[in-house]
Amino acid sequence: MVYIIIHLHGRYFIMKQGLFHCEIGMADKLAMVVFSGTVDRLMPVGIIASGAVAMGLDVEVFLTFWGLNSFRKESLTSNTKMSRDYEDMAPMMMQLMKTKNVPSWFDTLKKAKEIGNVRIHACAMTYDLMNMKKEDLADIVDDVMAVGEFVDIAKDAKFTLFI
Amino acid sequence: MSENQQEKVKVIDARGSFCPGPLMELIRAVKESAVGDVIEIWSSDTGSQRDIPKWTEKAGHEFLGVIHEEGYDRIKVRKKR
Repeated sequence: MVYIIIHLHGRYFIMKQGLFHCEIGMADKLAMVVFSGTVDRLMPVGIIASGAVAMGLDVEVFLTFWGLNSFRKESLTSNTKMSRDYEDMAPMMMQLMKTKNVPSWFDTLKKAKEIGNVRIHACAMTYDLMNMKKEDLADIVDDVMAVGEFVDIAKDAKFTLFI
Repeated sequence: MSENQQEKVKVIDARGSFCPGPLMELIRAVKESAVGDVIEIWSSDTGSQRDIPKWTEKAGHEFLGVIHEEGYDRIKVRKKR
């Protein structure tokens, strides 16, 4: 008997005598809802995504509200906003990151996407509300997705973060 | 640790890079290497000391050890698959 294992869209199937026999498992998944658009909250998005792909997890990111807004091409480099609570520390933090050559949250996330399966979805509601066009958004955004579809993806994730 | 003089060792200097930078650079280097190659990553980041051996084991490669230098570590990994 010959068995063939097929890797398709992150799922593994076993094929026996030319027929799909059954799904034998899929990569573990991390889902993230990125709501915030401040640099101090975007940093962990890139870093946690990197850790996840390093450990073999697929990552599904849903960008909504200020999170999606910060993926506009023009705000990728100009955004220096910090959470209000830590605002007084922002200049010190930004300076420290600059002198220590810490890559930006965006570069970190981009690297994670180069190494593993990171899919980045724009929230359809925010996209429409803010009159966005696909070309306004960074190239690493894969598609525009409605919340229902994302929740359906996230339900299979090992854990979901709201950032 | 194998001390074969002919062994190809690719050195990656990731000193000054913060977590998870050195790990990501190692993963990239392993991807670009051939099975059997040894990659030595230089890291001054504290997270690497735990993350790199953990990743190596999980990804099915061989952890060859750490040499502590002044202010950084030289971490050696052999690509196994």
